[in-house]
Amino acid sequence: MGSTDGGMGVVPAMVSERLGLPAVTLGSEVTVDGQTVRIRRDGDTASETIEGTLPLVLSVSDQANEPRYPSFKGIMAAKSKPVDQVAVADLGLDAGQVGWAGARQEIVEVVPAEERQAGEKIEDDGEAHVRIIQFLEQLKVI
Amino acid sequence: MATTWVLAEAQDGKVATITLELLAKARDLGDVAAFYGGGDADAIAATLGAHGASKVYATGDLGDVLAGVPVAAAMAAQIESGDTPDLILFGTTYDGRDVAGRLSVKLDRPVTTNNTDLSVEGDAVVTTEPIFGGTMIVRTKVTGGAPHLVLVRPKSFAAEESVSGGRGLGSAEKYEMVESLAKLLKGAPGASRAIVDAGWVPYSHQVGQTGKVVKPSVYIALGISGATQHMVGMKGSKNIIAINKDAEAPIFSIADLGVVGDVHKVVPKLIEALQARG
Repeated sequence: MGSTDGGMGVVPAMVSERLGLPAVTLGSEVTVDGQTVRIRRDGDTASETIEGTLPLVLSVSDQANEPRYPSFKGIMAAKSKPVDQVAVADLGLDAGQVGWAGARQEIVEVVPAEERQAGEKIEDDGEAHVRIIQFLEQLKVI
Repeated sequence: MATTWVLAEAQDGKVATITLELLAKARDLGDVAAFYGGGDADAIAATLGAHGASKVYATGDLGDVLAGVPVAAAMAAQIESGDTPDLILFGTTYDGRDVAGRLSVKLDRPVTTNNTDLSVEGDAVVTTEPIFGGTMIVRTKVTGGAPHLVLVRPKSFAAEESVSGGRGLGSAEKYEMVESLAKLLKGAPGASRAIVDAGWVPYSHQVGQTGKVVKPSVYIALGISGATQHMVGMKGSKNIIAINKDAEAPIFSIADLGVVGDVHKVVPKLIEALQARG
């Protein structure tokens, strides 16, 4: 899916384009049967079932599963795993193609969004619905 | 004045709402053409034309194939033939993401997503995007050269009132309260992710980060505690009413009217009172 900060969700399509592979993207349910990958993804008016044949690029939404928390043993083992460092030149890229130079974007400003304030808060004493009706009347919704 | 292409999407022969939103935005920027991959092209083109497209490029029916590969290829071919727009607008949708991502690679152009606004400033495009669950707003100047690829977030599924239910309803059967109240207010029923995951209601009802973003004049949250995931989807509402029995529920921090109480007691009385008004 899109990252939870920027929420882009376009990288899988980019990767598949570079690799020349098909992509099935943003599945909320995934099954693999032999060489066939099947995903379901839900829209406003319909759910789509999409099939592709391996090899392909697959991306999922956050509804595809419940993340599994690593065990303590797993966390400890991860600390001793090797980390391969790759330099930009090792990938056959020019420094101008990566980072800010390659992004061809400039963040002009970052400002906090206007915060919503809490309004009136009441305890239901059996008559809270009366206050809700009043509120809806004030808004001319009813 | 800029020339803008809009990726047109349609479902069951009907032009998608996001496409109409994009056409409206593009009209403000200059000349507009639409790029459509799918069937019923003549009927779709008529609607696109009525909403401001002076030209429609159509790939023809794609059959059972996803739009990503064929539509990105058709757009790239048109651009490589020398017909290049200043800007291409996509909805932040499944197909919008697939086509834009592939086109970005084919043309070697950056892409910005999830934008809520944009403007053309000389050779650059400046986009506005909420990040971190809508708590921060980022403005980005994109200078990759034409065509700029910009994805825009669908604004809302409708401006109608919205009543949503969450786990506090207790069981799937109680969702009926949400539907009744929504109907009385001539609005749409919605849901938190928790009850969609639980299978009480279909995904199309989900309001939140992975569901819809709604901005009604009144949003009523019933038994919804207010997970960040959910609040991202509804905090743009003009007015928010929340009913929840937990006085500490985060939803109260953004509610204009918060009722600490049991939805099973308050809502039936509310429905009865609204029905009595006729």
